[in-house]
Amino acid sequence: MRLEPIANPTRLRLVGLPVAALALTVLVASLLALLAGANPFATLGLILEGAAGSKFALLETLNRATPLIFTGLAVAVAFRAKLWNIGAEAQLYAGAVVTVLLGTGALPLPSVLLIPVIAVAAMIAGALVLLGPVLLKTRAGVDEVVTTLLFNFIMLLIVSMLLEGPMKDPMGMGWPKSAALDKAARLPRIAEGLRLHWGFGLALLAAVGVWVLQTRTTLGFEIRAVGQNAQAARFAGVPVNQVLVKTALLSGGLAALAGFSEVAGLKGNLTLDLSPGFGYTGIIVAMLALLNPLGVVLSAIFVAGVFVGADSMSRAAGVPTYIADILLATALLTMVLALRLTRARIHWR
Amino acid sequence: MELFEILLSASFWAAAVRIASPLIFATMGELICERAGVLNLGIEGIMVIGAFAGWMTVYQGGGLWMGVGVAMLSGMGFGLLHATLTVPFGLSQHVVGLGITLLATSASSFAYRLVLPEVTSPPKIEPFQIIEIPVLSDLPLIGPALFQQTALTYLAFAMILIVGLVLYRTPLGLALRAAGENPAAVEAQGLSVTALRMGAVVVGSGLMAVGGAFLTMSAFSSFFFDMVNGRGWVCIALVVFGAWRPGKAALGALLFAAFDALQIRLQQTPIGAHLPYQIFLMVPYVLSILALILMSRRAEVPAALMVPYNKGER
Repeated sequence: MRLEPIANPTRLRLVGLPVAALALTVLVASLLALLAGANPFATLGLILEGAAGSKFALLETLNRATPLIFTGLAVAVAFRAKLWNIGAEAQLYAGAVVTVLLGTGALPLPSVLLIPVIAVAAMIAGALVLLGPVLLKTRAGVDEVVTTLLFNFIMLLIVSMLLEGPMKDPMGMGWPKSAALDKAARLPRIAEGLRLHWGFGLALLAAVGVWVLQTRTTLGFEIRAVGQNAQAARFAGVPVNQVLVKTALLSGGLAALAGFSEVAGLKGNLTLDLSPGFGYTGIIVAMLALLNPLGVVLSAIFVAGVFVGADSMSRAAGVPTYIADILLATALLTMVLALRLTRARIHWR
Repeated sequence: MELFEILLSASFWAAAVRIASPLIFATMGELICERAGVLNLGIEGIMVIGAFAGWMTVYQGGGLWMGVGVAMLSGMGFGLLHATLTVPFGLSQHVVGLGITLLATSASSFAYRLVLPEVTSPPKIEPFQIIEIPVLSDLPLIGPALFQQTALTYLAFAMILIVGLVLYRTPLGLALRAAGENPAAVEAQGLSVTALRMGAVVVGSGLMAVGGAFLTMSAFSSFFFDMVNGRGWVCIALVVFGAWRPGKAALGALLFAAFDALQIRLQQTPIGAHLPYQIFLMVPYVLSILALILMSRRAEVPAALMVPYNKGER
């Protein structure tokens, strides 16, 4: 078997294959539901209803999508330059830690100043966390996949240490959690009575910002060039290492905003379970969006919907919630395969 | 003072060898994949599914060796999926590997909840027992460390020899290494790069799963969701540290395990008790990063690692 590139894929191929990938994903989910002794149609219906069946469900989905937009953007920006940042989880926690440090009375500023200052500080922290692995990559040739992955574990231990030590809430009844953020540091809700905070607005803004950067600036062009062929980019005079460092700073900063928005917008304090793997899920979000920053918004909402829907389905139908993770991993694998096949034909010989 | 006491205690060395065993299985598995030219980031998830499948088989009444077999088959299944997507289809090994890790991990969690819907503490199984090798196990220090272990540990050490022999002393090993260095040359010999690479990923993934199974069947006798806890990523670092050679990588695993055993013991010393325990838990991850930094410059990476091969394309 070998693959032969197709110069001009037909529309049927371009649309049909991704649809087939989605259908295969739904089929896998149905089989899992059957395995759990539930009616597949009812299970899928309950997931859909739980994700978008009511105003409450929809807002819950958008709330869950917010950190995923940030981590999805972080991954999309990095992967575009073939910088394999698998450490969004660590960068997210760095942002969350800084948010708590500055948001619990350290800075006597009014809300309008305090919130932007914290957001920028969080971004810097996240950027610095990724700076280490990227410098190791450009200076010493150390593969960033493993270093960023290992940093996730180190960061979680650091957060655990902080929450049981200097950052522990004295009023926390012994639970490892931080003190609550001051009111001035909290992100307000978008509308009174609406359970959606401005973190979502910031996420949309970030998506547009990244899109502008990627399509309208020199740096965006350079990032693309480095990702497509670093060697060629170097010959063409692109400062490859510099571009990688800039990409890393941006990527780390974006991931840190997920931590900032979760603490300042949703939770109000920091605990060890702030992120149920938002950093890793960001990879799925980015890949399903084909690394397109505006697509990240849609795919984050889709992914969040699957999680929120599966939670509520699980309570009603008894199929384990982990069906959501399997569904998304399947979607990721089938989608990358489908996209490959839109550009190549299989020859069985 | 305490440090010397620890280093001279037989239980410390026995622990180091025990901790190294799952890492040796998984590192050998990853090494086989990478020597053939495929980076397998599915390792973390494949270790999880191996840990789960082995434990579940024994919990359902299967024998211990049957558990190991089922674990290996489950790993090979996910390996086959990884190989199919990355070798003939040439998809990104990063994306597919992480996808396999997510898939295998969540499949384990799903199956666990399916079988044990409301259990809060997972049931224990009767694990592999320690086999004392006559005469040798009576040696001071070395005896308890090397010759009072479970069958799976002995198998892990045998695996280093087997992988080394196959890779360097057989035509198959030569072809496999060539597939990772110069696939076009392999094809010119009339061999199939696709078959070699897929075979390597499937077999390697089987070994990773046995490494996972060691955790539930020889170390903890029970399955926890987070039990693999980055060991797979550590093994990828160990392959680099060992410069893609089985013996060196296994030595790295032992060294790493010794540090891990040491940090557990240092926590209990008077000085260690004053430090946050998280510092000690960080040691394995920090060491892995240091190992990568130390070796990255010198390492001879397989030339065609992560380069998909499409017949007839140049």
